Amino acid sequence: MSLSLLVLVGVLFAVGTYLLMERSLTRVALGVGVLGNGANLLIVVAGSDSGQAPIVGRPDQLTDPLPQALVLTAIVIGFALLSFVLALAWRNWTITENDGVEDDFEDRSLVSRKEGTAKPGDAPHHEDVAR
Amino acid sequence: MTALLTLPVLGPLVAAALCLVFRRLNVQRAISFASLTVAAGCAVAVFVNVWGDGEVRVARMGGWPGSFAITFVADRLSAVMLLVALAAVTLVLIYAIGQRAPDERSSFYHPVYMVMSAGIAQALLAGDLFNLFVAFEILLMASYVLLTLEGTNEQIRAGTTYVVLNILESLVLLVAIGLVFAATGTVNMAELPERLAELPDGVRTSLHLFLLIAFGIKAAVFPLFFWLPDSYPTAPSSVSAVFAGLLTKIGVYCMIRTQTLLFPGEASDLIVVVGILTMVIGIIGAVSHQNMKRILSFHIISQIGYMVFGLGIGGEAAIAATVFFLVHQIPVKTSLFLVEGIVSRDQGSSSLKEVSGLARRSPWLAVLFLLPALSLAGLPPFPGFLAKFSLVRAGLDAEHYVGVAIAITVSLFTLVSMVKIWVAAFWGEAKPSSVGQPDAVATVGLLRHHRLMATSTAVMVVGIVMLAVVAGPFFQFVTDAALQLLDPASYVSAVRSS
Repeated sequence: MSLSLLVLVGVLFAVGTYLLMERSLTRVALGVGVLGNGANLLIVVAGSDSGQAPIVGRPDQLTDPLPQALVLTAIVIGFALLSFVLALAWRNWTITENDGVEDDFEDRSLVSRKEGTAKPGDAPHHEDVAR
Repeated sequence: MTALLTLPVLGPLVAAALCLVFRRLNVQRAISFASLTVAAGCAVAVFVNVWGDGEVRVARMGGWPGSFAITFVADRLSAVMLLVALAAVTLVLIYAIGQRAPDERSSFYHPVYMVMSAGIAQALLAGDLFNLFVAFEILLMASYVLLTLEGTNEQIRAGTTYVVLNILESLVLLVAIGLVFAATGTVNMAELPERLAELPDGVRTSLHLFLLIAFGIKAAVFPLFFWLPDSYPTAPSSVSAVFAGLLTKIGVYCMIRTQTLLFPGEASDLIVVVGILTMVIGIIGAVSHQNMKRILSFHIISQIGYMVFGLGIGGEAAIAATVFFLVHQIPVKTSLFLVEGIVSRDQGSSSLKEVSGLARRSPWLAVLFLLPALSLAGLPPFPGFLAKFSLVRAGLDAEHYVGVAIAITVSLFTLVSMVKIWVAAFWGEAKPSSVGQPDAVATVGLLRHHRLMATSTAVMVVGIVMLAVVAGPFFQFVTDAALQLLDPASYVSAVRSS
């Protein structure tokens, strides 16, 4: 288990978490990608010692194929998730011309409820969410 | 038995592929309905089998030995959950076909719905953690698409929160599985109890918390719930009915597995506190909101609190009550959302400020709402009363007096908010329908325009009432299920010897 890879996992998690907390959907999408790679790398690093390729290598020096199979599945899933977030961001942009995640206006209207001014189902007021 | 356990997953998946090939709407409807009927039939067969002798049924994919195989495992809890879940999914499909909402007519609705059904079935049957993760991804991915299928502004806004939060949940779960594998060298749930027990306390606790956080986000428990009331109400009623009835319950199901099989009885104080807070926060939200869907969404959270509370108490009686609660909540929550769907389709809105007098227009619709609502609030003789009563009794036996007091208070407020919906939407002056005859206030006949929707809702409500009728034998069954859950060795030995 190499220290540099573990440090890399840590860096990927930090960067990914930071990006995920942004309000801009593009950065969230990037965060999903980075965080996903961090998680995949973590499984590879923590899952098995390095060794020869399964099946073709010498039987007593093989690396464990199971974590690699798991990661392969996780990569495919991560790719699907990332493309869905991108599609969502694109749709959001074409509708609102705004890359941000918006507030839940029904929640907001409940917070600032005054008689007769705001009622559930009001049109969304686009609060400033662009960065 | 292998075929019975795999068909609930494979049937809908094959149907999804066929639906993508055949784009004609009626063909898609036929394929979906047929495959879900087959899947539900298999679930009935599995349930009857397991009800008989209670033995754990195991299916190994490809006949691989040991921990290499992907295993599907059905014990009592899985069997009953699978049955109720697939029945609910099938009824909601009929409802959706009757509703003819814009999203159901999209040629992607049926394939995606099938994929979600397969994911739900797989999550309930999965015999190893990674398979569980894949099942979660299948059902979540499908739920992302269903939630945002119409692509309106509101759906995209709410969908974004939902998608990002659930991706975070998936990543936490993935990391948790990676760490479990690193610590134990296996992800098979039959091997994990033994290997986890050998780990140092600190490692165990951190793995446990990782899993609880991942499943807690899915189940919408106290600090991790805020995405739910934001996103569920924006989906079409048929979709939010499935989400409300099933997706959060799958999270609770996984928490039950974690607490009984992997980490038996650990961190139970934390779980009790989380359960109580979830109840309270959920009910506060439900009392303060004015839209039927929002109110019902907050009720999901507060009811999850009861189950988590029961899980935290632990012991035979409390786990049995939790399982009963879990099973009973699926039809109750689903049918309430289905009724809301009929209301908002008929009136064009489900805001309590805009809807009134429904009981005069359609007494039957009022009955369809009232029965599950009273069961949700926990009034006798409905099954909700039995669930809450057994939970309260287990709590008193375990001397969780504060929690029990809060549970009863929350129950009272559940009734208050149900009465709020009843008074505002069902009493008062009737308003004309927004669809059907334009000639204003017909005294009866609201349901006549929504026959298919009404039928499937009615079947579900009858199911709830039936649960009260067969409560005796069924309570015996959940007690047996609790005993089975509290004895992980039986699960382990059944999977190993298969």
